Amino acid sequence: MTTGTLTPYRSDMRAGRDGFGQLLRAEWTKFRTVRGWVIGMMAAVLVTVALGLLASSGHAVCNGQACNLSVPTGPGGEAVTDSFYFVRQPLAGSGSITVRVASLSGGNTSHNPGGPATAGLQPWAKAGIIIKENTRPGSAYAAMVVTGSHGVRMQYNYTGDTAGLAGVVSRASPRWLRLTRSGDTITGYESANGSAWTKVGTVRLSGLSPVVQTGLFVSSPAYRQVTSQRLLGTGAVIGPTLATAVFDHLSLHGTQTGGAWHGSLIGGGASGAYPVQGGGYHRAGGRFTVSGSGDIAPAVAGAGDPGQTIEHSLAGAFAGLIVLVVVAAMFITAEYQRGLIRTTLAASPRRGRVLAAKAIVIGAVTFVAGLAAAAAAVLLGGRVLRGNGILVYPVTPLTEVRVVAGTAALLAIAAVLALAIGAILRRSAAAVAAVIVVIVLPYILAVPHVMPVAAAQWLLRITPAAGFAIQQSLPQYPQVSNAYTPSSGYYPLAPWAGFAVLCGYAALALGLDIFLLRRRDA
Amino acid sequence: MSQAPYANWVSMREALHAEWTKLRTAPGTLWLLVAVVALTAALSAAAAAAATCPSAGCGQDPAKISLTGIYLGQAVVAVLAVLAISGEYSTGMIRTTLAAMPRRTTVLAAKAAILTGLVLTAGTIAVLGSVLAGRLILPGHGFTSAHGYLPLSLGDGPVLRAAAGSVLYLALIALLSLGAATTVRDSAAAIGIVLGLLYLFPIIAAVVTDQHLQRHLQQIGPMSAGLAVQATTGLSSLPLSPWAGLGVLAAWAAAALLGGGLLLRLRDA
Repeated sequence: MTTGTLTPYRSDMRAGRDGFGQLLRAEWTKFRTVRGWVIGMMAAVLVTVALGLLASSGHAVCNGQACNLSVPTGPGGEAVTDSFYFVRQPLAGSGSITVRVASLSGGNTSHNPGGPATAGLQPWAKAGIIIKENTRPGSAYAAMVVTGSHGVRMQYNYTGDTAGLAGVVSRASPRWLRLTRSGDTITGYESANGSAWTKVGTVRLSGLSPVVQTGLFVSSPAYRQVTSQRLLGTGAVIGPTLATAVFDHLSLHGTQTGGAWHGSLIGGGASGAYPVQGGGYHRAGGRFTVSGSGDIAPAVAGAGDPGQTIEHSLAGAFAGLIVLVVVAAMFITAEYQRGLIRTTLAASPRRGRVLAAKAIVIGAVTFVAGLAAAAAAVLLGGRVLRGNGILVYPVTPLTEVRVVAGTAALLAIAAVLALAIGAILRRSAAAVAAVIVVIVLPYILAVPHVMPVAAAQWLLRITPAAGFAIQQSLPQYPQVSNAYTPSSGYYPLAPWAGFAVLCGYAALALGLDIFLLRRRDA
Repeated sequence: MSQAPYANWVSMREALHAEWTKLRTAPGTLWLLVAVVALTAALSAAAAAAATCPSAGCGQDPAKISLTGIYLGQAVVAVLAVLAISGEYSTGMIRTTLAAMPRRTTVLAAKAAILTGLVLTAGTIAVLGSVLAGRLILPGHGFTSAHGYLPLSLGDGPVLRAAAGSVLYLALIALLSLGAATTVRDSAAAIGIVLGLLYLFPIIAAVVTDQHLQRHLQQIGPMSAGLAVQATTGLSSLPLSPWAGLGVLAAWAAAALLGGGLLLRLRDA
């Protein structure tokens, strides 16, 4: 009798897959089936938007009445200040303008009741020659200028700034400046004697009209002095200043020259955000004495400014962050508390992958929630601010996307950090407290003036709170005097550098965590 | 019948003994108390080392600077207080506790008393360390008699108020956290609520554009109001007086404990 060989039993169930996709799906299922966590995510979105709206409420007050301010935008779409006194005439096609600056002096204006007694010549008072698209504030330009204490500069389109000869201009040591236009290209030259010329820079102003305005200009930025640093906010005196420059040896070469010089005030006026005090010019033979106020520069936010940045409406992100940190820490500590971690690790023995899947799920969920919250807060908050007559500094669409998506990414990385610290400590209370303290406390110590500015800036460099730099929408410009402190919204690190610091902490914590998870019993 | 007060007294004494034993033998307590002292004193010393007073009338408050560490120490105190009750909920110990001690209010009162005692002790050491750091470091950074500053001394009335007030502040933070944790039971949620209450008010107050709203937020925020007790200069510009500020925090703590106590009585454990 022959029998077939006994075949071992084989289940006809298909073998389970243990790919990374499966792991992600498992973690996502764990997340979405805990009602409290899903509610927590929605609560985080709601508090972020609600507190953003609260921060944006309130009316602007200018001289006891509601004001309606506006700010021009430059060719790059950024907010600029563009007010100065201009002695000009049209220039058609290619040509050049040359002048000698014999002196530059200045101080605060006499009719400035709120201002300081003696402001003196502002370091960034400017006198020089300019080629400008038209007289509309915010239009494209290139200029060669002598400044109060930063030497000769070639400046263009508000943000561009190239240094030339250093030193202070005076009758004994005048400065010669020249701008030449050839098509879209403008080249700036300087000279100490009018015969030996040095090129300072060349810029291309694409799309420059055939007929532009050129001539002499003088500007002198508003005087700012921080008068008090209280627990909250900063008191400041801000007032207009006036600079006066003497020019001679003015010559203009081009296809159509010989027109008359017209003096006019550009920008300023009642709707300007920056105090400006008139100006004028006087001509005696070949000698022009021009006085001007204001500045041709990118806009900066600071003490005494009536405007708000777009990230002002994102203050609620701190509340959202605290809720998200709680949820993210519980996402792992709840497994330890309930013993589910042993099932999880039995089902997927490669522990590092479990943690990676958890980090991806919580990071992605937080990013989506954060994106919805930040977009809603910026859109609605900006609308409320503008509706109340508060100036919101315009920024380029790219910057706006960076601020909104960056806030969402900041929340996502903070959640991953909370997850990692939760897995290291295995205790939710300690993990939540640790993450909130390292991210929120440095901001509290830095922004409402608890610590001195220098110490506050160090805190915002080395702690995970550096990540908030990604919300800064107005850059810091060396060619604009301002108190660039955390309390006026300026972080010591560049946006992406600050964000990288936070990411570094999260990566470090995750790495330590994977190491510990492999070594420790669950 | 005449024994009832005696029985109450005995049960309170036993409850205190039980809570003391539980808290003393919990693994984290000692480390958290050490952390309160170390972190508070370290941040205070760092703040004192970072402060400068370049000229007379620099408008800074040396007592406040040398007590900066309280901003950090309070977070550790909150963790300690939250764990005192949430730890029992997470392990199920609370059911044993309440079976042995059915008077739930007594249990909470005993917990609050033991916790207050521990935090007052650690807080006193932390504050003394901070004031000592300020006394040693600040004169080297321009806080000299030439600039109108005497070395910090607890014999000075306002400085003593700031120091003693900071110790009381930490104790009230512990009670607020205990109340919040009794209310929500879960430790992560409780610590999130407490730190949110403490840290969010100053951030929101710093960004609101409405001056009146800003002042009100400073007056009702438990941290911004409570830390008014640290001020020794410029009292007239404060949103509320030092002791009134501590009173606001005490009201928060009382409300949290009352809410927690009520829920403890009403809910199943």
